[in-house]
Amino acid sequence: MSKVINLKRGLNIRLKGDAEKVLGTSIEVDKVALKPTDFPGLAPKILVKAGQEVQAGEPIFFDKNNPEILFTAPTSGEVLAINRGERRKVLEIIIKADGKNNSVEFTKADPQKLSREEIKDQLKKSGLWPFLKQRPYGTVAKPESTPLHIFISGFDSAPLAPDYEFVLNGQASTFQTGIHALSKLTEGKIHVGIRPDQATGFFTAIKNIEITQFSGPHPAGNVGMQIHHVSPINKGDLIWTISPQEVLYIGRLFETGKVNFSKIIALTGSEVTAPKYFKVIHGTTLSRLLKKATKQESTERYISGNVLTGKQVDADDYLGFYDQQVTVIPEGDYYEFLGWAMPRLNKFSISKSYFSWLNPKRSYRADANLNGEERAYVMTGQYEKVLPMDILPVFLMKAIIAEDIDKMEQLGIYEVIEEDLALCEYVCTSKTEVQRILRDGINLMIKELGN
Amino acid sequence: MKSLRKFLDKKKPLFQKGGKFAKFGSTFGAFETFLFTPNHTSKSGVHIHDAIDLKRTMIVVVLALVPALLFGSWNIGYQNGLAFGIERTIIENFLFGFLKILPVIIVSYGVGLGIEFIAAQIRGHEVNEGFLVSGILIPLILPANIPLWMVALATAFAVIFGKEIFGGTGYNIMNVALIARAFLFFAYPSEMSGDAVWVYELPGNTPVDGFSGATPLAQLAQGASSKMASFGDMFMGFIPGSMGETSTIAILIGAAILIFTGIGSWKIMLSTVFGALAVGFLCNILAVNEYMALPPYYHLVMGGFAFGAVFMATDPVTASHTEKGKWIYGFMIGALAVSIRVFNPAYPEGMMLAILLMNVWSPLIDYFVVEGHVKRRLKRANLKGNA
Repeated sequence: MSKVINLKRGLNIRLKGDAEKVLGTSIEVDKVALKPTDFPGLAPKILVKAGQEVQAGEPIFFDKNNPEILFTAPTSGEVLAINRGERRKVLEIIIKADGKNNSVEFTKADPQKLSREEIKDQLKKSGLWPFLKQRPYGTVAKPESTPLHIFISGFDSAPLAPDYEFVLNGQASTFQTGIHALSKLTEGKIHVGIRPDQATGFFTAIKNIEITQFSGPHPAGNVGMQIHHVSPINKGDLIWTISPQEVLYIGRLFETGKVNFSKIIALTGSEVTAPKYFKVIHGTTLSRLLKKATKQESTERYISGNVLTGKQVDADDYLGFYDQQVTVIPEGDYYEFLGWAMPRLNKFSISKSYFSWLNPKRSYRADANLNGEERAYVMTGQYEKVLPMDILPVFLMKAIIAEDIDKMEQLGIYEVIEEDLALCEYVCTSKTEVQRILRDGINLMIKELGN
Repeated sequence: MKSLRKFLDKKKPLFQKGGKFAKFGSTFGAFETFLFTPNHTSKSGVHIHDAIDLKRTMIVVVLALVPALLFGSWNIGYQNGLAFGIERTIIENFLFGFLKILPVIIVSYGVGLGIEFIAAQIRGHEVNEGFLVSGILIPLILPANIPLWMVALATAFAVIFGKEIFGGTGYNIMNVALIARAFLFFAYPSEMSGDAVWVYELPGNTPVDGFSGATPLAQLAQGASSKMASFGDMFMGFIPGSMGETSTIAILIGAAILIFTGIGSWKIMLSTVFGALAVGFLCNILAVNEYMALPPYYHLVMGGFAFGAVFMATDPVTASHTEKGKWIYGFMIGALAVSIRVFNPAYPEGMMLAILLMNVWSPLIDYFVVEGHVKRRLKRANLKGNA
């Protein structure tokens, strides 16, 4: 029996547009993109030119600060363009897929028989390394370091998130190979957090992992919460994290000697006509996925990721590096007459000053309207209700705004990244940009103390 | 509403940067966002936001104050009737009182919001909603006989020196409404205390025989507890006192609204009551005079205790910000308020001073709570290091 941890605080925001558990008709691979902007603090050095033919797994760029970590082509084809923004900052490298998905040949071997260095080498060369992220800070893991443990969250509790049991179904042996490879990278354990209803699911068949059950509302599925309750990060500790579909990439690499960046994502949200799952190539263009898939009733907002932490994208943009979900919601750029005084029966609120508490099962068509204006902090005790951690979030925010490194450290900045405090931002009466402030704080920590 | 929206959209450029009336941008913004929740959408971080905002929060507090306001209006009429031996119906009493309190409310809002608008304009900020609540709190904690110019002066003092110099709503250290009251209390004591101020139009006119106009707290302090109103009368609020503070039951309705919506902290309200009862009991045990022997629960229905505990102590900006701190903060308010009442004959009522004092102390309470939190986190690190 695995250990059960009950997290009471948190909030499930019920939205319309949950993905039906069916796989949509496969979409022909058209264009894919790698976006250096998906990685905070990365300084890319481009290794390809427009017009060049590449194979899947062929290096496209590396990080100047960590030259051994390569970012490779998700599929084979021709480099179409390298798009730059202000001050020639590289925004995206676009590859026109040839549909063959030919891969560079890597070592095909049982990871249990390989050494730690051999596994690290293979992961770095193939472009799978960047999927390993480290805590503190949520940046790409440093290859020269060894983490205390590796944590994998076995479920995503964010609004409309994909169900991993569906996504991973039938791939247990590949997942197992991936776990074997990962277990060579740490002296500690590989921790997997699951929901209580997964106790007989996919992960129970996997060996070499330590399972902990987490019950409770979002953010129980955030790996940060799971780390906090199993092996909390203190100063100097290092934990690595990776998500289950990315473990499959690693499994496939060692089983076949090739990279295969196909994954299943959920197309969700109230504006999607038929929300369901799709098998796509990593970094795929969203234009084909979204074409004719949305209701077009109002201005729509496309989000690569979920409504709490995702990035707003255009309809012809590309899927983010770590994203497993695309959400479409109404933009909500309307004025509402005396909105603050209205009953607002169609809006959800955690506060009982609205009436959504009367109907706890109802789902909402939430839009991106701020529902108010930004203000100084007035209300207290709101953030704590949705953060199941031993952390004082408002005091941490204030320490960050004051740029007080000692206080930030004492109040637990090592334990949180944006997604962990996203609900605090959602419930905030004063509409404070919690995630932006936290990232500023993390950037300051990295600048002052190193990554 | 579309035509109104169109009108605003047409006039808006005039008030924006470079427009003819750019100087009044904040003022325009305040009216515009009052009429229409803006069309701003999320630009960073979460894409969806809870429906709650500061306007909604403040309006719920104002709503919670309505029972106290309605009862208070009636009570002004009722007390006046008692004093001069006039028989009136409930409606007449209410109208009599309402017409007395309405000018005070208008002056308080007019002066306070005026200063808020100017301050926002100077800073180039939006107008904050904080004064929506302060503006109604101030009339409710003043005596019925208060001259309007004093209301204006106290409001101006409180808003400028209690709030704006600190940066506006959210940055103030002490409760704005209480600063207004404290200002009058110390600057014009004859209008703020004694037996003659609580009943409208008493000075100069002779009341009927046997009517003193003294509040129960004053009667107690003078050792005249035999004349004091019954517990039931005090609970219902049929006593002289500040305009909105007398009826515990009306205040409890407000408390229920605040607690149910989660906007007022039940922890602070409850611990304030605990603090008062604790000191009250202690006084009982050590009683050497009549006041100390007063049953502790009497303190809860007398004077401004209930009003302060529900509407003043819970002001989230000036109260403790930590959940543990709220317990200590509330308890200390209750304890101090009763101590001042019982042991300081110069001040019959202690609630105002107790809250203001704890407002000043609350950052210190938070400091110790946060230090404790940090120590616990450090201990966790050390334990792990040794393991």
